[in-house]
Amino acid sequence: MRDAVRSFCDGVVAPRAAQRDEEGCFEDGLVEQLAELGLFGTYIPEEFGGTGLDVMTYIMTVEELSRACGATGILVSAHHSLCVDPILNYGSLEQKQKYLPKLASGEWIGCYSLTEPGSGSDAGAASCMAVADGDGWRINGTKCFVTNGLQAHVIVLFAVTDPDDPRHRMSAFIVEKDTPGCSIGKVEKKLGIRASSTTELVFEDCVVPREALLGQRGRGLAIALGTLDGGRLGVASQAIGISQAALDCSLAYSQERVQFGRPISSFQEIQWKLADMAVEIAAARALVYRGAWLKQNRKPYSVEAAMAKLLASEASSRITNAALQVYGGYGYCVDYPAERLLRDAKITELYEGTSEIQRLVVARQIVTDPKWVARG
Amino acid sequence: MEFDFPEDIVALRDVVRKFAAEEIRPQAREWDRDQLVPDEMVARLGQELGVLGVLTPERYGGLGLGYLANAVVIEELARQDGGLALLVAAHNGLAQSQINLAGNEEQKQKYLPKLAGGDWLCAWGLTEPNCGSDAAALQSRAERSGDGWRLTGHKMFITNALRAQVFVIIARTDPALGIKGISAFIVERGDEGFTVGTKEDKLGMRSSDTMALDFEDVYVGPERLLGELNMGYVDALRVLERGRVAIGALSVGLARGCIEEAAEYSNQRTTFGKPLSKHQAIQHKLADMVTNFEAARLLVYDAAATLDRGENAKLKACLGKLFASEIATRAGLEAVQILGGYGYSKDFPVERYLRDAKLCEIGEGSSEVQRMIIARELLSGAAV
Repeated sequence: MRDAVRSFCDGVVAPRAAQRDEEGCFEDGLVEQLAELGLFGTYIPEEFGGTGLDVMTYIMTVEELSRACGATGILVSAHHSLCVDPILNYGSLEQKQKYLPKLASGEWIGCYSLTEPGSGSDAGAASCMAVADGDGWRINGTKCFVTNGLQAHVIVLFAVTDPDDPRHRMSAFIVEKDTPGCSIGKVEKKLGIRASSTTELVFEDCVVPREALLGQRGRGLAIALGTLDGGRLGVASQAIGISQAALDCSLAYSQERVQFGRPISSFQEIQWKLADMAVEIAAARALVYRGAWLKQNRKPYSVEAAMAKLLASEASSRITNAALQVYGGYGYCVDYPAERLLRDAKITELYEGTSEIQRLVVARQIVTDPKWVARG
Repeated sequence: MEFDFPEDIVALRDVVRKFAAEEIRPQAREWDRDQLVPDEMVARLGQELGVLGVLTPERYGGLGLGYLANAVVIEELARQDGGLALLVAAHNGLAQSQINLAGNEEQKQKYLPKLAGGDWLCAWGLTEPNCGSDAAALQSRAERSGDGWRLTGHKMFITNALRAQVFVIIARTDPALGIKGISAFIVERGDEGFTVGTKEDKLGMRSSDTMALDFEDVYVGPERLLGELNMGYVDALRVLERGRVAIGALSVGLARGCIEEAAEYSNQRTTFGKPLSKHQAIQHKLADMVTNFEAARLLVYDAAATLDRGENAKLKACLGKLFASEIATRAGLEAVQILGGYGYSKDFPVERYLRDAKLCEIGEGSSEVQRMIIARELLSGAAV
């Protein structure tokens, strides 16, 4: 699988990465080709039309795609980790049968909608409302920063159902985007991952049936946060893929570029940058693989996922910045990949929980149990 | 890919952890002050725990558990005392390792049972006063003399020299051949012309002794040549690769000590009306320490497991050692900062962990040498 993805990445995804960034959108046919490889359902069981592989394989595919193009990496990761995964984990059999085959085949793209203009890190403070209405729910409110907002048909949406119950304020829903009352609002223009769509979703008296409820009523925040744990492994893999691309191009360029009569790769200043890139990539990858292994084996992994994302994302900003430095003035120009990699890397420190939130997650664990680090 | 430990390693880890907490922790401050681990403690490590022979096969009296087990043992010892962990790391991973890797049957039978059981300690001599990172520039000579050799030269910064009975010494046998003209010899304490110098007074790792060695026309017989003639440097590099994994594990243990001590302290100490642990400035320090620690440990374990599979771990050993040693020093600095004035005092162990950690950025190849090797590997096509 990894080899097939790598060859697809080298042949199709990577060569158009700069153009995608320039145009701010995915080219026609890309989604279909990703679907043909089974990348929209890597760990969806075969009975639901998926590829039936494991989480580790999925994580590796996100890294490979992101090495070729960070925006393409998150297209798959947001779809799989944030929409497919909660349906797999919390969905009823009917919901799985209805949504998973089409999500696996790429006929439907998925997205996840939690963030609002007034609630980012403080996700529990969301104000988008879902009020019981006859046999279903009437949704009103505005969501923002929805990755895949343009492409997605299936939205895993979090809305307030019980405003007076602080522990069970929110619930999760599966909403189809063509439901009357649901529309795309502002489409963001961004620093990086420019081909990936980031949109507002506006709900105006959008009525969904009772069966749209995902998991138990009042469990919305728990589902949202549990889903983000998996998403963080995806984002961490995206960051590692971007970092690997930065190392790869730095290695190649530093051996071609001659200054003072020798390739710049022969100078320790450059060698040190390459070594530091490599060690941080290895460190971050070790954390991600362990997180994926824990998820795969149904063991707790939320702190491990937070650590993986924290290290991988912050390292990717450092690594891509170092890569740009290796290229010098050329690195600042769009003819070379370094500046795009730097712009793409930055998002990984922000979405699916900022670095500050990851540190809160890790710190909470260690102050609750200082001996936690002694576990095997 | 597997992230669970085998049961035998878990069992060994639990025994060593308990021993370290009960027997080592209460005395570590004293050993640091006195620059010495008592003989009795060294004997207990060998006889009671068997950890002086983790890498040596059972048929030679060792535990035969491999590099992952060795890393776990060193981490647990370093959690309480870096110097004692260094004694074990050097004993297991350097001279004993080279005898295991390159020794002939007679040498193995003669030395390994006593080393693995802790009757004898061993030390490894590569570094010289004028060559540290540039180890291949070593000047010690071994010249043919009858059937054997005569060794002349000086070795520097030799761990365990105070008590070692057995020394593996790297010396030049054919100056014209460069690194292909270097061999390894077994020297025993008491060999005529061989003297051990005075103990270095050091910043950290003070419970571990570090000494100079002098060789004045020391005759060793043919049975003391370790490995093939002129292959000593190649073997030494293999030993160093293994030694780096051990120093990585040692760094991981020290970082863990810093985290556990700092997290516990942060829950007890109150400032501005709430525990330190409720302040984000402290939480974020702890989160960074933990994240780096976890990654370092995984890198070191991965390198160790790679060695256990018999695969090349050159790059992985450097990556693990570099990352682990640098994050350990940072963890030491942050732990001292979290404990504030108390952290700077010897009443708490974190200042000692910081001093111990610094050595890990220097020994078994400095951070600069690790980066040099990593860059060289990458530029010749190795994948991270």
